[in-house]
Amino acid sequence: MATIAQEKPWLSVERKADVTCIKAGGPWHVMSLHWAYEEVEKAGSPNTGSVELDLQAVDKMDTAGALLFFDMISMCDRSGVNVSFSGISDEQRLLLKQVEENYEPCAIEPPRKNSLIKQVEEIGVATVTIVEGFGALLTFLGLVLMRLLRTIMQPRRLRLTALVFQMEHVGLKAIPIVGLISFLIGAVIVNQGAIQLQKFGADVYVIDMLAFSQLRELGILLTAIIVAGRSGSAFTAQIGSMKLREEVDAMEVIGLDPVETLVLPRLIALILILPILTFYADLMGLLGGGLMAWGTLDISPGTFLARLREAADFSTFAVGMIKAPFFAIVIAITGCFEGLNVSGSAESVGLHTTNSVVHSIFLVIVLNAFFAIFFTTVGL
Amino acid sequence: MIKEETGVLSQDDIPAIRIRGLRTQFGLNVIHKDLDLDVRQGEIIGVVGGSGTGKSVLLRTIIGLIKPVEGHIEILGIDRSRLTGEDEETLQQKLGVLFQDGALFGSLTVAQNIQVPLKEHFRIPQKLLDEIAAFKISLVGLPADAGPKYPSELSGGMRKRAGLARALALDPALLFLDEPTAGLDPVGAASFDRVIVELKKAMKLTVFLVTHDLDTLSTVCDRIAVLANKQVIAVGTMDDMLKINHPWVKEYFHGPRSRAAGISAA
Repeated sequence: MATIAQEKPWLSVERKADVTCIKAGGPWHVMSLHWAYEEVEKAGSPNTGSVELDLQAVDKMDTAGALLFFDMISMCDRSGVNVSFSGISDEQRLLLKQVEENYEPCAIEPPRKNSLIKQVEEIGVATVTIVEGFGALLTFLGLVLMRLLRTIMQPRRLRLTALVFQMEHVGLKAIPIVGLISFLIGAVIVNQGAIQLQKFGADVYVIDMLAFSQLRELGILLTAIIVAGRSGSAFTAQIGSMKLREEVDAMEVIGLDPVETLVLPRLIALILILPILTFYADLMGLLGGGLMAWGTLDISPGTFLARLREAADFSTFAVGMIKAPFFAIVIAITGCFEGLNVSGSAESVGLHTTNSVVHSIFLVIVLNAFFAIFFTTVGL
Repeated sequence: MIKEETGVLSQDDIPAIRIRGLRTQFGLNVIHKDLDLDVRQGEIIGVVGGSGTGKSVLLRTIIGLIKPVEGHIEILGIDRSRLTGEDEETLQQKLGVLFQDGALFGSLTVAQNIQVPLKEHFRIPQKLLDEIAAFKISLVGLPADAGPKYPSELSGGMRKRAGLARALALDPALLFLDEPTAGLDPVGAASFDRVIVELKKAMKLTVFLVTHDLDTLSTVCDRIAVLANKQVIAVGTMDDMLKINHPWVKEYFHGPRSRAAGISAA
């Protein structure tokens, strides 16, 4: 029982004047089908006279085997050869009848398009998608800002519990990862910068470099990217799965505004938290750089602080910090927007989560470039 | 089962499924305890039970997706826990499973879905593969233009039929259906029931189906097994079920829905 006998199906063809006797035997089922197919190919089909098909020796037949016999029979039919059976069991007859009833060829794949046309079409679709997506994002931004305004006018509408919960998840729980990354980046800037600046004997200027890059650019940029990856994606996944389970629809029917209940707490939490995280990232970056300077360049903490005060003033710090709320808006809006756009299947949640992270990081970096140009132009 | 007069074990008398002392549990949560069940060859057995009694778990245990903690499961006389590698694969090829929503592969068309098991296990020429796919599509009552469609383009009922066609791809001896009519409209459910009965007759299938649908139970199933208290508390025909004096069974088979399905008189 446990092992399947590896008997092969066979056909033997005997031609007698007008009548061709075809005897079949062995197992004619799906497991031995390729052998059976070879046998049928080898036997060919007569195009004159009549055929007598003897199925006596066939010991196992399933629909696949029956299909093969039926192919043979219909080939004979097409060339006007009459087929008669002998030794056929009721069961085999039933199978053949079933195959005959359901012999309706169908296409396996949808028709393929011309590859050039397909590519042009893809470019068109992508362009329209991008433009429409950007438009929809702006519309959503407008909607959210209107709701935000209403909430500011009527502070009682604010969901305080949700806000605090989001602040904890977005802020407090991001402390270890943001701290570690900033610390390491600060240390690496000093380490690598010193190697280059030593060539000019200007290694103490590594502190200027650290202060400028960390406070103005890296502190906020890295924090924003981490938050986009951690929290932006979480926003999309949370709201997206609620959308899938029709929770968002239920909210609307009950009279809860999804923007007010889902989007605003996340947006406000991020606007409040991102500057704090950035401040913390700045501190950790300077700490990492300072320790590296002390360890490898023998710059004592006292010297480091004195040099730091000369190198950077409040405006350097402010330039970095002022970007934080803007990045927070970008991340929160993109994350929630993608979440609310989830539809259909769980696959869609994954797709939109990826989109959310890619788009928010992209937008943060583009926005950062604009800020850099702006601040340079105004002389900060 | 041994034939009484001859004492010879005939192949046809081996139960399709034989479960003895089955115990399944997730963590501390025991789903089945000392569960016994025999499914005869060539019958359609319907498994019923309240929500959470482990009907789907039982199905998944038999087809090998869940490992039992204790007990034996024999399929066509073979104890699956003793099988390894190739033999297990051979046994698996004799089982066809229809999952609740069809579980079709989303990146393949319906016809390609049907060809997956065929391509995976055997070297069959493409022309024949296409013929088999077309045949199975027609067999389960799908129109021919469903073949080149992707699962996402089909309605729920059509997805189930497509899933059934894939389950039948290898002409399995045993067919498992997980709530085959759930989510179908009554007309669609009735025609799905008909397909199952016809296929069973034509292909000599043994069908193990889990359902809540009283219409399916009364029109399709040869026997019914009731799951309760972590065991199969009753197995028998619909007439037997109506005589059983167990609170849940009584409520189920004598309830208003049962009357609506014409099973028991009011």
